[in-house]
Amino acid sequence: MKTLSVPNLLGIKHLVKQDIDLIFETADNFKEIINRPIKKVPSLRDITIANLFFENSTRTKLSFELAEKRLSADVINFSASGSSVKKGETLIDTVNNILSMKVDIIVMRHPEVGAHEFLAKHVNTKIINAGDGTHEHPTQALLDSFSIREKFGEVAGKKIVIVGDILHSRVALSNIYALQLQGAEVKVCGPTTLIPKHIESLGVSVETNLRKALEWADVANMLRVQNERMDVKFFPSTREYTQLYGINKELLNSMDSELTIMHPGPINRGVEITSDVADSDQAIILNQVENGVAVRMACIYLLASQIRQ
Amino acid sequence: MSDKILLNSKKIQIIIQRLACQLIENHGDFSNTVLIGLQPRGSHFAERIASVLTNDYKVKNIKLGKLDITFYRDDFRRRDELLNANSTEINFLVENQKVVFIDDVLFSGRSINAALTAIQSYGRPAEVELLVLIDRRFSRHLPIQPDYKGATVDVINEEKVLVNLSEETTKDAVYIINKKEK
Repeated sequence: MKTLSVPNLLGIKHLVKQDIDLIFETADNFKEIINRPIKKVPSLRDITIANLFFENSTRTKLSFELAEKRLSADVINFSASGSSVKKGETLIDTVNNILSMKVDIIVMRHPEVGAHEFLAKHVNTKIINAGDGTHEHPTQALLDSFSIREKFGEVAGKKIVIVGDILHSRVALSNIYALQLQGAEVKVCGPTTLIPKHIESLGVSVETNLRKALEWADVANMLRVQNERMDVKFFPSTREYTQLYGINKELLNSMDSELTIMHPGPINRGVEITSDVADSDQAIILNQVENGVAVRMACIYLLASQIRQ
Repeated sequence: MSDKILLNSKKIQIIIQRLACQLIENHGDFSNTVLIGLQPRGSHFAERIASVLTNDYKVKNIKLGKLDITFYRDDFRRRDELLNANSTEINFLVENQKVVFIDDVLFSGRSINAALTAIQSYGRPAEVELLVLIDRRFSRHLPIQPDYKGATVDVINEEKVLVNLSEETTKDAVYIINKKEK
């Protein structure tokens, strides 16, 4: 029987290769569906999903909501600002109150690392992690891999460099797990202050020279600097960061082979990537956004299939 | 094992010829008609019919598509097994077209019901007809009947009609098999 090996999507770390294959096969079908004149299927017409965002989000929140609506689920949205969380309500109480309204699946973003694991132990519902602090962002990693697979045919054997603020990035960690599970080689590149100590223990290599890293890679996944998570200065100035770790057309054109550029968004144009690169044919940034809806539809559909009628 | 052959390869060939002729009777040059095979086996059967129409009866420009209904089924979360989806390949709109659904076996009618919902994603057909190789009589859950049928069978609930087409197995044949003995 083909089904996910996990009851919740808490992180890529918990998945096996077959899970990713199943998600991608399912997402292939949903990608075809979202390009039809009528983009909706009735599969989840008796499922209710709550999107709980305790941290700001634009792309992920919209993408999840659209995926849920394309599957015909009923959707409720919750954001921490303006809610009873501000009055001191605990996470478990908030979620249990929402579940009392007969919600079947929780999609949650939370600033605390491990919030989803904690919740999964205490409430009886399906949980999808839409980002927990600096830990994991599984659906972003899945859509990134799906986009690489779409571009190259397969992920196995490809060389991917993740450039930028690795230390504060949940996208980086989930991508490392996902790419390695599929047989890709992963390198991280950035200032030493923004690369976690002992990251080599995850099986990735570290390069501080951007040009060398790009010359090695088939794909560069550019991350933004997460200033909102920094309480001290990790590099002297944004200008210096851009000079050393920003990617521009001149640098790209000087490469021997054509590099594919990815970015999970939001882009800080002129910092980690210039506009002429972000808008070039080498960038698949908007494909990532489109694929995000299909991949999230697949994750939701496969988890919903585990809820017995 | 008490498998019974209902149709052999030769009989299937004759039926395909007859069904193709019946389609020509009703659809003429097929200028406003599209054939839609329901995935997976209905699409193989549809390809056979389209091939006979094109090669034997010289009908030009047959519009043939494949429709997968997995995400439109009404038994999601009610089955023990998650069904694998197949691809949908419809490279035309069905707006104001006469649509002919083609499937291997008509049993409860629920697949056709799902297909009627799914096809609306491609426009509003002028009309929809149903062509099946095997019509399992007296087993319908919904008021759905075929417009063209290869053969009619009456089987009990413990029995299943299995259509083997050479695209997926070694030879063409239709069997009645006993599910309990399987």
